[in-house]
Amino acid sequence: MTDMIAKEGVEAETVEAVKSLSGKYKYGFSTDIESEYAPLGLDEDIVKLISKKNDEPEWMLDWRLQAFERWKLMKEPEWAMVDYPKINFQDIYYYSRPKSMSEDKPKSLDDVDPKLLETYAKLGIPLKEQALLAGVEAPENDRKVAVDAVFDSVSVGTTFQKELKNAGVIFMSISEALKEHPELVKKYIGSVVPQSDNFYATLNSAVFSDGSFVYIPEGVKCPMELSTYFRINAENTGQFERTLIIAEKGSSVSYLEGCTAPKRDVAQLHAAVVELVILEDAEIKYSTVQNWYPGDENGKGGIYNFVTKRADCRGDRAKVMWTQVETGSAVTWKYPSCILRGNASQGEFYSIAIANNMQQADTGTKMIHLGKNTKSRIVSKGISAGKAQNTYRGLVSMHPKAANARNYTQCDSLLIGDKCGAHTVPYIEVKNNTARVEHEATTSKVDDDQLFYCRQRGMDEEEAVALVVNGFCKEVLQALPMEFAMEAQALVAISLEGSVG
Amino acid sequence: MLNIKNLQVGLEEENKQILKGVDLNIGEGEVHAIMGPNGSGKSTTSYVLAGKDGYEITGGTVELNGHNLLDMDPEERAAAGLFLAFQYPVEIPGVGNMTFLRTAVNAQRKARGEKELTAGEFLKTVREKAKSLKIDSDMLKRPVNVGFSGGEKKRNEILQMAMLEPKMCVLDETDSGLDVDAMKLVAEGVNALRDGKRSFLVITHYQRLLDHIKPDVVHIMANGRIIKSGGPELALEVEKNGYADILAEVA
Repeated sequence: MTDMIAKEGVEAETVEAVKSLSGKYKYGFSTDIESEYAPLGLDEDIVKLISKKNDEPEWMLDWRLQAFERWKLMKEPEWAMVDYPKINFQDIYYYSRPKSMSEDKPKSLDDVDPKLLETYAKLGIPLKEQALLAGVEAPENDRKVAVDAVFDSVSVGTTFQKELKNAGVIFMSISEALKEHPELVKKYIGSVVPQSDNFYATLNSAVFSDGSFVYIPEGVKCPMELSTYFRINAENTGQFERTLIIAEKGSSVSYLEGCTAPKRDVAQLHAAVVELVILEDAEIKYSTVQNWYPGDENGKGGIYNFVTKRADCRGDRAKVMWTQVETGSAVTWKYPSCILRGNASQGEFYSIAIANNMQQADTGTKMIHLGKNTKSRIVSKGISAGKAQNTYRGLVSMHPKAANARNYTQCDSLLIGDKCGAHTVPYIEVKNNTARVEHEATTSKVDDDQLFYCRQRGMDEEEAVALVVNGFCKEVLQALPMEFAMEAQALVAISLEGSVG
Repeated sequence: MLNIKNLQVGLEEENKQILKGVDLNIGEGEVHAIMGPNGSGKSTTSYVLAGKDGYEITGGTVELNGHNLLDMDPEERAAAGLFLAFQYPVEIPGVGNMTFLRTAVNAQRKARGEKELTAGEFLKTVREKAKSLKIDSDMLKRPVNVGFSGGEKKRNEILQMAMLEPKMCVLDETDSGLDVDAMKLVAEGVNALRDGKRSFLVITHYQRLLDHIKPDVVHIMANGRIIKSGGPELALEVEKNGYADILAEVA
């Protein structure tokens, strides 16, 4: 009998639909531009070259070299539930910049190579100061978003610098910050994610090329959303950016980050470090929409995304909120963490991780409760489709001094089809008996009855899946700034296109 | 409007015939009722009309205004004007009732090549229609059917029906789980949609719903066939004597 019996309508047709999925990644174009590369591979000279390209102070180079020495002795971590071919670290370009961004670096965005500007326009990223992020229709909405655009290894430009400067906010690429505010960079860099933290963070410390720097002075509420848009364009090139955000006492900022890359057959490495320093009564809201190229339906190509993100709530009542929508990358290894050092400091982590086709995601968070009355909340929504594997890995640690600390964790997994997997790996350490930890986890499948109900009302199957999945993710989508929430909602639908028949 | 000829349906998963040759013709603006004992094939009829998976059509035809319904996907049938009010409306956590309705309305409009409703237009219409069904704004905001009482779920089905303006409405045991007041409210909602053009197929166990939604024709279904058809008096007969007499009479 060749007749396949549709046991559960959705599943039977999944295989076929997934096959027809290739070509759906909408940011897969590449920009044809002349770039200059550092020689292939990694040695001390490459580290020196990157430092020289950025015209860095001596101490920065020393720091990089120190990291490089450490890195040579370290081993790649293998504990994550991801499986990928061994990376040849000598077969990667560690620095690439568009020629037009070289010696005669454009003075302002107006002078930037139109091809670069076009790329961002095509991605829906406004580099003109009057513009808003694409997808936001309401003209009466005068919320502004300042953008730092990072292309391969360099920052192309940062918008609204003047307006931000008036408010006392520093928002520029980290390479510029090293020139203009070296004392601030020196004071904070590596203070949250130490040089020796982990294999990829150490690699990043040696070779990071650019990234964003944000400093919010005491008592200042940042007058607009800040954002960095990362684009990998060059082939065989790794992107190693470093972001450093400092929120002084009583200040607050909302920061957004977006990422995309062209479709390439060969996997590319992205190893970033993000450090947040939050002082007394300050607040940082950090949102990510990660949409790196996920590879094709057979697992060819895609970005290996190995990222270390950590926030240090140094002051009392400091607050950090990580929100991430992870839809891209072939492999994701990422655990945005909160060190709740100050008394009554708070950490929140909201995550949507979607893995379709052959994607693998191992992501979660760490909540390290050091101070009294610290609070944390974790809401993780993992969605698996195709043959993807999706793992939530989270640590909640209540240290001896964390009296009355509280954590609430909610981990929900949604499966689409019968060839994917969802895994939940919570680690809980409690060393103070007044601390309280709650953990809830659920796993469900997209229900055929729900889909039929939606279809009877006129929606096609993809629309129905998108609606049900968006409902599943709602709590996290609500945590995003409005501009991103709409983009993310659409992205959820796009990422799952073809996941059902 | 709806023409069912010798429809034969089995389950895909097991070798079991459920409908054994159903014939039914519903004209424009007519209200037909199907009554029958448990397991007679009433709900299967409604699911097969709507295109639910899991059934195998082994014979017969179904046409909606001359179009072959059995060839269409569920969403195409919906866009063609077929609406099923579910016996057990499905919960969709996290999706606001309003969002669901608007997505559905616009999906159908799009499928028919009509302009989508703007947020303003939609909101105005939905508020008007919700009011007459005593659906408050809170119920419109809550996730679809989540935590709704039995009566709320059924009223919500009728609201969807009112918003989607179908040509052929199939109501699958809409009265089940409703108290008298709730049933009245639902029936009023249905009656408000009777305009002489729209047709209805009301599936029910009990005659009491038909006190409120007055049918033109009543069919008795048993063992996968329509065994008797007649006027509203047939429903009264069932109410009085149960199905046993009719079953005996046919056998």
